[in-house]
Amino acid sequence: MTVSTKPRWRAKPRWRFRQPSVLPGFGITFGYTILCLSLVVLIPLGALVVRSSRLGLSGIWEVASDPRVASALKISFGVSLLAALTASVFGFLVAWVLTRYRFPGRRIVDAVVDLPFALPTAVAGIALAQVYAPNGIVGAQLEKIGIKAAYTPLGIFIAMVFIGLPFAVRTVQPLIAEIDKEVEEASATLGASRRATLWKVVLPPLIPAVLTGFALAFARGVGEYGSIIFIAGNLPYVSEIAPLLIVIKLSEYDYAGAAAIATIMLGISFLTLLAINLIQAWSRRRFGYV
Amino acid sequence: MGGTSGRPSTAIRVEGLSKTFDTAAVLHDFDLDVRAGELLGLLGPSGSGKTTLLRIIAGLDFPDRGRVLFGGDDATGLPVQKRAVGFVFQHYALFKHMSVADNIAYGLNARKRAERPDKAEIKRRVGDLLDLIKLSGFADRYPSQLSGGQRQRVALARALAVEPRVLLLDEPFGALDAQVRKDLRRWLREIHDRTGQTTIFVTHDQDEALELSDRVAVLDKGRLEQVGTPDEVQDNPASATVLKFLGDAVEVEAIAEGGQVRVDGRPVPGVVAPAGLIGPVKLHVRPWQFQLTDPSAAHLRGTVRSSHRSQGRQRIEVEHGPGRPLLVEDFDGERYAAGHPVGLRIVGGYVFA
Ligand SMILES: Nc1ncnc2c1ncn2[C@@H]1O[C@H](COP(=O)(O)OP(=O)(O)O)[C@@H](O)[C@H]1O
Ligand SMILES: [Mg+2]
Repeated sequence: MTVSTKPRWRAKPRWRFRQPSVLPGFGITFGYTILCLSLVVLIPLGALVVRSSRLGLSGIWEVASDPRVASALKISFGVSLLAALTASVFGFLVAWVLTRYRFPGRRIVDAVVDLPFALPTAVAGIALAQVYAPNGIVGAQLEKIGIKAAYTPLGIFIAMVFIGLPFAVRTVQPLIAEIDKEVEEASATLGASRRATLWKVVLPPLIPAVLTGFALAFARGVGEYGSIIFIAGNLPYVSEIAPLLIVIKLSEYDYAGAAAIATIMLGISFLTLLAINLIQAWSRRRFGYV
Repeated sequence: MGGTSGRPSTAIRVEGLSKTFDTAAVLHDFDLDVRAGELLGLLGPSGSGKTTLLRIIAGLDFPDRGRVLFGGDDATGLPVQKRAVGFVFQHYALFKHMSVADNIAYGLNARKRAERPDKAEIKRRVGDLLDLIKLSGFADRYPSQLSGGQRQRVALARALAVEPRVLLLDEPFGALDAQVRKDLRRWLREIHDRTGQTTIFVTHDQDEALELSDRVAVLDKGRLEQVGTPDEVQDNPASATVLKFLGDAVEVEAIAEGGQVRVDGRPVPGVVAPAGLIGPVKLHVRPWQFQLTDPSAAHLRGTVRSSHRSQGRQRIEVEHGPGRPLLVEDFDGERYAAGHPVGLRIVGGYVFA
C-alpha cells in the first residue's frame, strides 16, 4: 500500500500529555492548576447544578416559564447582545483611532478606556444613574427629545456598553497595532483603492479579535449587576435583569428558584460562548493562522 | 544620441530627485535612467537611500524636489494606484488571510469592472503564473503554510499579475538563507529572460548585483556613484567608494609620475595615472592583483600572518609595515606558513584623481 501523504499541517496528532520541557515541575503545576480551578470554578458550578437538579427539569422549566423570570432573562440576554454589538463597533473605532493616529491627549484617552475595568461597579452604576436620570446632564437633554434613558432597557443598554467597551477595545488594539504597513502598500501598488484596501486587506484579519472582544463584552454584560441596577430602575417586566431576580429570590429564601434561574443563565451563557468559540475557530482556520 | 533606433528606449527616468526625512538628506539631486526590458541592480550599503529611491519610483513616497518620468510622461504626482508598478517587499507582505491563488488574483480583482478580466480569464492567468513560479499545486494554500522562498515567489507572481510597467524588488532575497537565495537568484534571472519585464532590484550584496544585473547602479549616501554593466563597474570603477564596495581592496602608497605609477621605484604594469596627477597617490589593489615572488624583485615585502584555503584559492594575509595587513589571493598550490617572508609583485590596480 502507498504511504499516506497527508500534508503535515493537517495531520491530527494523537492526544497526549504535553511533553515535559527542560523546566521541571509539570506534575506539581498541573495538579495545582486543577486544584485551583476546581475550588474556584468547578465545584461551585457543580454545586449549583446539583442544587437546582433537585427541582428536576420540569421544576426548572416551571421557573423559566414564569413570565417575570422569562422577561428578565429576555432582557438580560437580549440587551447584552445589542450592547456587545454596539461595544464592538465603537470599541473597534476607539482602538483604531488610538493606534493609527497621533493626537494630543492620546495617552489620556488610552488610559480612560480602562476606567470601566477599574471602577467599582457600584460607583459606575451611581455615576451613570446620575448622568442619565431625567434631571441629570445627559438625561435632561434626552428627555427634551422624548427619550427616557434611566429606568428603561435603554439605561441597561448604556450601562452594558460602558462596561463592555474596554473588552472590545483591548482585544483588537494589539492586532491593529501589528498591521503591517507594507501589506497596505502592497495592496495600493496592485491598484486597489484605499477603501478596497481597508475592506479586503486590513479588516478581515481582525475579525477573530473582534469576535473575541464581542464574546467577552457579551459575557460581562450578562453577568453584570452593580453598574446596572441603579440606572435600570428594576421595574418587573420592563427593566429587571436576571441577576437581580436571583438576588430577589434569595432574599425571599427561595433558594431553589434562585438556583434554577442561575442554572438557566449558566446554560445559555455556556451555549453562547461555545457558539462564539466555534465562530472563532472557523475564522482562524479561514484566515489561515493558528 | 538617445533616439537612435536599436538603442533600448528609456522606460523610467528620475531627474534631480532630492528627499529629506526630518533633517537627514537621504537622496541628493539624483538622476537615473532605466532602459526598457533591462534588469537593473541598485547596489549600495545599508542606509544609502536605495529603498527610498524605489519607493519614490513606486509612488509610496514623494520627493522634495525632482521628477519621475515613465516612458517620457511625468508621473511625479501620480498616486501609487495609477502607476502600474509591481513592488516586492523584503518581507513578502502577502495577504495572510487569502489563499495563494487569491493573493495572485488580487490586483486583477481590484480593477474597475470595465477593465477587469472575467473569472475564467483571471483563473487562467493565475494558473499561468503559478506555473511560472513553479507552485502549481499550491493554489489553495495559505501563506503561513509556505516556506520563505515560496512566499517570495508568490509575492513576485502577485506583482507580475497586473502586468506592471516596471517591477521593483526591494532586497527580495534578504530574509532568506544562503542556499535559497542562490536558487532564487538564478530563477529570477530566468523569469526576467522569459518575460523581458523591466526590473529594478535593490540589494546590498555585490555578488547578487553583479551576477544578476544587466546594469548595476552603485549608490552611496544618497548619491549615484556609477552606472554600468557589471564588467564596466568592475573594470573601471568611477571612485574609490565603488571599488571598495564591489570587493576587497587594499591601499598601497605609490608615486605617480609621467603617466606611470611606481611602488618602491618599480612601475606597476597596467596602471595608468590620470592625466596631470603627479606625486604621492593611493594605489588600490585587489587581492588577485598581487603575485607572490622572490623578495628581491618585488614591489613590497612582508611576512605571512595567516593563510586559509577556500574554493580552490588561497587567501593570505601579509604583514607589511604598520598599516592593515595586505590581502593576497593566490591560486598556487604552495602553502605559506605564518612568519614566512614573501615578496609581492603588483600586476594591476586603480588610482583615482
Ligand atoms: N520614513 C522615514 N523616516 C525617517 N527616516 C527615514 C525614513 N525612511 C528612511 N529613512 C532614513 O533614510 C536613510 C536611507 O534609508 P533607505 O532608503 O531605507 O536606505 P537603504 O534601503 O539603502 O538601506 C536612512 O538613514 C534611514 O534612516
Ligand atoms: Mg532598504
